Amino acid sequence: MNLDDNDIRKLATLARINVDNSIIEDVAHKISDILDMIDQMQALDTSAVEPMANPLDAIQPLRPDQVTEPNQREAFQAIAPATENGLYLVPKVID
Amino acid sequence: MQWETVIGLEIHVQLATRSKIFSGAPCSFGAEPNTQACAVDLAMPGTLPVLNEQAVRYAIMFGLAVNSEINRNSVFERKNYFYPDLPKGYQTSQLEQPIVGCGRVDILLPDGSSKTVRIHHAHLEEDAGKSLHADFHGMTGIDLNRAGTPLIEIVTEPDMRSAAEAIAFARKMHSIVTSLGICDGVMAHGSMRFDVNISVRPSGSETLGTRTETKNLNSFKFMEDAIHKEVQRQIELLEEGGTVAQETRLYNGDTGESRAMRSKEEANDYRYFPCPDLLPVRVEQAMIDDIVGQMPELPDARQARFIGSYQLSRSDAGLLAADKALADYFEATVKSCNDPRLSANWIMADLAGALNKNGLEIAACPITPHRLGQLINRIADNTISGKIAKQDVFPALWLQQGEVDEIIEQKGLRQVSDSGALEQLVDEILAAKAVQVEQYRNADDKKRKKLLGGFMGPIMQASKGQANPAMVNQILRRKLDN
Repeated sequence: MNLDDNDIRKLATLARINVDNSIIEDVAHKISDILDMIDQMQALDTSAVEPMANPLDAIQPLRPDQVTEPNQREAFQAIAPATENGLYLVPKVID
Repeated sequence: MQWETVIGLEIHVQLATRSKIFSGAPCSFGAEPNTQACAVDLAMPGTLPVLNEQAVRYAIMFGLAVNSEINRNSVFERKNYFYPDLPKGYQTSQLEQPIVGCGRVDILLPDGSSKTVRIHHAHLEEDAGKSLHADFHGMTGIDLNRAGTPLIEIVTEPDMRSAAEAIAFARKMHSIVTSLGICDGVMAHGSMRFDVNISVRPSGSETLGTRTETKNLNSFKFMEDAIHKEVQRQIELLEEGGTVAQETRLYNGDTGESRAMRSKEEANDYRYFPCPDLLPVRVEQAMIDDIVGQMPELPDARQARFIGSYQLSRSDAGLLAADKALADYFEATVKSCNDPRLSANWIMADLAGALNKNGLEIAACPITPHRLGQLINRIADNTISGKIAKQDVFPALWLQQGEVDEIIEQKGLRQVSDSGALEQLVDEILAAKAVQVEQYRNADDKKRKKLLGGFMGPIMQASKGQANPAMVNQILRRKLDN
């Protein structure tokens, strides 16, 4: 499978990664190679294999519904770059 | 062209647990910002999630209530996206193996017919924090109290065909989760939030049109408005020869307008994968049996019981049973007065009216069910008339001026049923209205009925509403008709 420069630019946008124009061609080539390898693996018959969510043969322990965590806002906010009125401040979000 | 609307819903329900889904921080509403966000919620390095058993049990309760399969094995996955109110960079959710499988719910429509809506699945996940876009010197404020609040997301099949059906389903879900006690149902706090998927297609067509998703509606009214507007927008687009773009839209309840938020083209690729920090969840049969044994009565069953045991009409029973607090209030009132019919009438008319006027929920009602029951008892035993009960006693009870009997005595409201006193009162009025008495005697039956009111009014007025109306009527007829 061959990815072109535009594919890479779009993937970079979705992944929030800055890919410099000078290396786009190289990245396209490398990712195409990876996809070729995946194509090769698709030939394997996995129909009898159950998908695995976790390699451990164990189940999730459950916690009783109790409040165990006290308010430690001051300690947490002491290491935050910017806070105001108890809020963490971050660069303005545009959506 | 005739168009058909197709609607599917995604409903986020905040679970009424004490602590968060993966941490021991509290999740009550309205706390000071970030005072309920612990190291796990803040995604501090080295922290690990531990699943809250109650959240799992609540999800199972919901599944049982909507006739769903409970999946014995379910898996948490990471839904990856960047947003500052999501400190981990992913929302822990479920995708391939949700805890609640497909189910079905019957809804009652305004025209009295019923319809089945299929539930595709429901899964457990965590809520995100809140971004406050008010101006903090060009910055955005982040409150992570809500981060990690347990949610179930209920996803329906596209089975609804109108705003009315979607609202009926949404109300039914609200009724079920509040009756189960797994959600407080306070929409204004965001306890239930609705995403509506809408498409239109020519009537008779089998293929679905392109849908849009209107997100985060937190009132039934906004939901109804948003659906009407979006359906109209899509039909206008198509009739002008355009196409509907698959996109996410935001509805502004204040302005009644919606706008595109993001299109499918730029949609986030969430890169779901199984969360390595959480093991698969196994639900044992013993846990399901235990929950089945503790399931409270559901709204449909309660409605049926109200019809069977109390002889209420289907619509009255449905209205009362849909709201657990209201239904509990009704049953407590019946316990005090043993008159289901009058109890239902008083609760749905006077009480509901007063609550509505004062913007109160039934839980905050100043009149106890016992006192309302006493009031009904005093009407039934003819101590007071229904009119006096409405005009004088009920408002005094609302202001918590005392017990029913105290109020009746203090205000001297006792109904006059002493026939001697009533005879005298009737004689006085008849003597003062000699002309009208003559008119009455010369009138035919039909006209007489009308004229009788002309005597009843002044008599009731003279008795300050306390004369027993049935007795006055009887005495009047006897004196006039002979």
